Amino acid sequence: MTTTIYVPKDSAARSVGADLVAFAIEAESVKRGINISIVRNGSRGALWLEPLVEVVTPEGRVAYGPVSPADVESLFDSAFHLGSQHPLLQGRTDDIEWLSRQDRVTFARVGVVDPLSISDYQAHGGLVGLHRALSMKPEEIVTEVTQSGLRGRGGAGFPAGIKWRTVMATASDYKYICCNADEGDSGTFADRMLMEGDPFTLLEGMTIAAIAVGATEGVVYIRSEYPSAYETVNRAIEIARDFGWLGKNVLGSGIEFNIRTRIGGGSYVCGEETAMLESIEGKRGVVRSKPPLPAIHGLFGKPTVINNVLTLATVPAILGLNGAQTYMKKGVGRSLGTQVFQLAGNIARGGIVETAFGITLDGLVNDYGAGTLSGRPVRAVQIGGPLGAYLPVTSMAVSMDYESLLAAGGMLGHGGVVVFDESVDMAEQAKFAMEFCAIESCGKCTPCRLGSTRGAETIEKIMLGQNVAGNKKLLLDLCEVMTDGSLCAMGGLTPLPVRSAMLHFAEDFDQRARGQQ
Amino acid sequence: MTFVPWSDEAAAAVLAQTCDKPGPVLISLQGLQEIFGFVPPRAVELVAKACNVSRADVHGVLTFYHDLRTSAPPPTTLHICVAEACQAVGSRELVREAEKIFGIGMDQSNEVVELKSVYCFGNCALGPSAMVNGELVGRATAQGLKYVSEMGMPL
Repeated sequence: MTTTIYVPKDSAARSVGADLVAFAIEAESVKRGINISIVRNGSRGALWLEPLVEVVTPEGRVAYGPVSPADVESLFDSAFHLGSQHPLLQGRTDDIEWLSRQDRVTFARVGVVDPLSISDYQAHGGLVGLHRALSMKPEEIVTEVTQSGLRGRGGAGFPAGIKWRTVMATASDYKYICCNADEGDSGTFADRMLMEGDPFTLLEGMTIAAIAVGATEGVVYIRSEYPSAYETVNRAIEIARDFGWLGKNVLGSGIEFNIRTRIGGGSYVCGEETAMLESIEGKRGVVRSKPPLPAIHGLFGKPTVINNVLTLATVPAILGLNGAQTYMKKGVGRSLGTQVFQLAGNIARGGIVETAFGITLDGLVNDYGAGTLSGRPVRAVQIGGPLGAYLPVTSMAVSMDYESLLAAGGMLGHGGVVVFDESVDMAEQAKFAMEFCAIESCGKCTPCRLGSTRGAETIEKIMLGQNVAGNKKLLLDLCEVMTDGSLCAMGGLTPLPVRSAMLHFAEDFDQRARGQQ
Repeated sequence: MTFVPWSDEAAAAVLAQTCDKPGPVLISLQGLQEIFGFVPPRAVELVAKACNVSRADVHGVLTFYHDLRTSAPPPTTLHICVAEACQAVGSRELVREAEKIFGIGMDQSNEVVELKSVYCFGNCALGPSAMVNGELVGRATAQGLKYVSEMGMPL
C-alpha cells in the first residue's frame, strides 16, 4: 500500500526547510522500504507550524509540524506514515483549532489540493463557477458579483461588480482582464500563497470576468520577488490550455480567452493600477492621471478590468454552488464576505486567517496570533501595509472591516497585520515610511517625489532634537500637502503611518529630544 | 547562477524573441539580464532598434526598475528584506551583522558578494527574510546567511 504524504512547496515553507524535509522523507522511505508518494501542496497557512507535513490516513489527513530534516528519522521510528503518535503530531489537520475556526472561501483549496492537478481541482469544487457562468448571460454574472458585495481586495475596496459593469458597457473590439499580483505591501503574502497553492482558482476567476465583460485576453502581473508564484501560474496556464479551458474555445463554449503573465521589475509603485498598466506596456512604471478610468481606457488604450488576485480568486466561489446569497450573509455593514487576513511581523502564530469581516484586531493578534514572537508586550500594529496606519494597543477592539478601520484613522488595505513589540521606535518607523516613499515614488508628482525626502529629513531633525515643536508642525503641514496633492495613493497615503505614529506614540517624538540633549 | 558572456549575436537572439511582443522594452531588458546577468550600456542601442523606440525610452526603463542592473553581478547576491514586517523581528540588527560578516555595506558589492535591500518577499510571518542567489531564507540569521551563501541551501 502506498501512503500519500503532503509536504508544502509554498515559498514560506521552503524558506524554513520544506525541500530538505521532503528530500529526507523520500530518502528515509527508500531506506526502510516503505511505499510513499509525496505531493508538494500549497501551505495551509498556519505558517508557525511550517514545514507542516501531512499524512493521509483512513481517518483523514494527519499533521506533523514544524518538522525539521533532523526529525524525519524519529517520525519513521514512530510510524508516522500510519498517523501514529509523535511529539510533533498536531492531530487531524481539519481539527487544528487555528484552522477549523476559520471560514475559508477564497482560500478553501489552498494547502488542500495538489496545486497543478486539474482533476484534484475539480474534485474540490473547481470549475463549478465557470461552468455556471457559461450558462449565464454576461449581465447576470455582473449582477451576481455586484449583489455578493465583493469589493476590491487590493486595498481600495471598490465594488468589483460596478467596475465590471463599466467595462461590460464600454464598446470595444478588444478588452483585457488584468490581475494585479504585484503584492508589494510588507506584511502581506496572501496573493503569493494563493498563486503557489491554488493557481487554477485565479485563472477561473479571470475567465469568469472575461465572459462577463467580453474580454479576450488576460494578463497576470506578478512581482519579481515571487519567482515561485510566477513559475506556478505559468505552469497552470499551460495545463489549462492543454485542458481546453484557455484558448480559442473555452470549455467548448466558442468563447476565446487567453492568459499570459508579466513579471515586474522590483518597483513598489507598479502595484498602483495605472503604473502597472504602464509597466505591462513595457514602459517606466509612472502613474497615469485619472480620468480616463482604466475600465474605459486601460491597457493599450482598451477597456480593462483590473482586480487584485484575491478579488478574482473569490469570484468562482461566488458564482459556485453557494452563490452570492451565501457570500453576502457573511461580514458586517458594507464589508461583506470574508477577508484573507495576514498575520505578520513580531507574532507567535503568524499566517493566513480567512474569516468574515468584523473580527476584532484583538481576535487576530491575540487569539489567533497568540501575541508576539518575542514574548514582550505588543506596542503597535500596522494594518494595510507601508501606507497603513500604526494603531496602539488601545485600538485592539476595532472591528476589522473597511469602514470601522477608516473611522479609527486607519485602513484595511490588503489585509496585512504587522505586529511590533515594545522595543519599536515609532519615530524610526515614521522616518522609514517617508524614506520608502522617496525610494519607490514614480516621480511624476511633486508632493510625493520631493515631499517624501523632505519628510524623512524633517523626522530626522525631530529625532535629533532640533527645533522639535517647529519641525513637528512643519511635518504635519507637509503631510497635509502630500495627502491632498499627490496623484496616487503612494504619496497620498504615506502620511498615514507618519501621522498615526505622531498621534498615538507622541512620546517617541518628544522623549528623544529629552533623552539626547 | 551562470551567465553567458556578452555578445551582440546572443543579444540579437534574445531580442528576436521579445521585440514583436506587445510592450516589448521591459521584457527585452529583462530577457537580456536573464541571459547575461546584467544589461550593459551597449544594449540600449540594440533594444531601441529592435523595439523601434528611442534610446531615451530604453534608458528611461533601464534606470527606473530596481531589478535591472548595468554591471555584472558578483557570484553571490544576498538580498535582505528591510520592510516593516521584518523590521519588527530584527532585520535592522540582521543587516548590521551581515555587513560585519561580509565586510561591505548594504547596497554595495565586492568581487564575491552583493548585499541588497529588498522591500518584502511575502514571507512576513517567518521573518527576518533574505534571499541568497534566488533561495528564500526565513528566520534568517547572519551566520545562517553566510552558511547558505557557501552551501547553496537553507539549513
